[in-house]
Amino acid sequence: MKLLDYIPQRDGYGQGLLELCAQRQDVVVLDADVAASTRTNWVRDQYPKEFYNVGISEQDLVGTAAGMALGGLIPYVSTYGVFLSGRAFDQMRTTVCYNNLKVRFGGAHAGISVGPDGATHQALEDLALARVLPHMTVLAPCDSEETRKAVVAAVDIDGPVYFRFGREAVPVITDAQTPFQLGKARLVRPGTDCAVFACGAMVYEAMEAAQALAQEGVSLQVVDLHTIKPIDQAAIRAAAETCGAIVTAEEHQLHAGLFSAVAEVVVQQCPVPMESVSVPDCFGQSGPPEALMDHYGLNAKGILAAVGRVLARKG
Amino acid sequence: MRNDLRPVCRQLRQDILEMICAAGSGHPGGSLSCVEILAVLYYEVLHIDPARPDDPERDRFLLSKGHAAPALYSVLARRGYFDPKLLPTLRQLGSPLQGHPHQDRLPGLDCSSGSLGQGLSIANGLALAAKRQGKTYRSYCLLGDGEVQEGQIWEAAMTAAHFKLDNVCAIVDDNGVQLDGPTAQIMNVEPLGDKFAAFGWQVLPVDGHNVEDLAQAFQEAAETKGKPTVLLAQCVKGKGVSFMENQWAWHGKAPSREELAAALAQLV
Repeated sequence: MKLLDYIPQRDGYGQGLLELCAQRQDVVVLDADVAASTRTNWVRDQYPKEFYNVGISEQDLVGTAAGMALGGLIPYVSTYGVFLSGRAFDQMRTTVCYNNLKVRFGGAHAGISVGPDGATHQALEDLALARVLPHMTVLAPCDSEETRKAVVAAVDIDGPVYFRFGREAVPVITDAQTPFQLGKARLVRPGTDCAVFACGAMVYEAMEAAQALAQEGVSLQVVDLHTIKPIDQAAIRAAAETCGAIVTAEEHQLHAGLFSAVAEVVVQQCPVPMESVSVPDCFGQSGPPEALMDHYGLNAKGILAAVGRVLARKG
Repeated sequence: MRNDLRPVCRQLRQDILEMICAAGSGHPGGSLSCVEILAVLYYEVLHIDPARPDDPERDRFLLSKGHAAPALYSVLARRGYFDPKLLPTLRQLGSPLQGHPHQDRLPGLDCSSGSLGQGLSIANGLALAAKRQGKTYRSYCLLGDGEVQEGQIWEAAMTAAHFKLDNVCAIVDDNGVQLDGPTAQIMNVEPLGDKFAAFGWQVLPVDGHNVEDLAQAFQEAAETKGKPTVLLAQCVKGKGVSFMENQWAWHGKAPSREELAAALAQLV
């Protein structure tokens, strides 16, 4: 079996931006003094005319991008997701979303795997803040390749888009041929006993869990829910009907992220027991990424435990 | 000056007072203070065509102090963007005239606004887009003197100077009064001209109720290269209605029918 490559998702973000800059005249890229972290420095170096650095001013970053969108451009604004969704929330809400502008938000360093920088830099609430806004499309791709595809595919969405992507090198589990369709969940592995809806690097962890359970005769369905909003209701209904139990897995707070998004569909359309793998309503802390993921149960082990709980409730 | 703006300004003040009275809520003080600024912009300065509100080449206007929406609605209606019969629907359910401007609902609005402090960044973004696309339109943004207490204004002030946005012109409706009281007492913003100058702007102090002065300052702004311009427009909150002038109680209060009649009788 071929060993997986490990590449940071942000590399996919930078690669996608380079492709767009090569193809289009209307795409511009803005950053707030973290270009070397978000990989928008690749654009700065190869397409300097397409790149704008506004300094450490996230509110102005988003407002400037809104003006550019009103002027007919498609700005990709990038900084750490925690500051983009938090510091500039009002600008995101009242200027960008209220006007339904084609601004794309690149939320870098998502999740707890940012590691040593600690809680201030770990975006654990961004999915909640982004998906609650009318008009916003919310994307949380699973690896660098899917991030690249998402960045490119999102360019023509008629409204604002929020992406989140992680800092650390994570396994690349898709390739150029893997299908990617906005708004359509990707079935990674069929299964019949329990379904795991995951986003970001947790998709790989769910695959690992599925492999471990298969040896015990438990059939785990794995779904890459890269589009958090608009959510693929049909995929959730189908999983609930087939499996009768659902686990969600995300590098995000328990509240108002992927778990809540899936639960909103489940309770209205197809009630089945659910369990969550997430950060349990607390702030993160400093530490090596892998140790943090283990500490908060954000890995295959945590998913296995959640599957055990939900299967017990399923009866 | 191509037009005699006195009757225009009188009409705008009448519209503002009648609209807010009919709505039973709204912001007369800061609407009345910016009447001459809007009249000069929409009748003398802006390159616009009300028949083509989406013309990509048009000049843009951002009402960053969105609570002055009645003044903007009035000038847009009188300039021919929509039927003035809509004005009395201000703030009613389903009306295109939202309490604060909503771009989707009304032709002639270049952006929604209402959360203070955001318009200057948007004006900068439009100006950057214009430069990038080789367009010659200019980007105008009206701020309140209380509004510049918002930090984002100063982020945007840096951005405009950094990118040498000489196609940006900000106007501060410097009426010295905000919701809770005199600006100097609530949170002093002076010396405002020195602040903008220190940020790299050309600063033009102007009488905000003198249309000739305003027109001349806008002309000077348009001719200035390499840096953005701000007009510090000295204005009177509630201008034109004696019992509203300089009274913060009239920042966000509707006149009664009797007060409306008294106010209209004073308009010149």
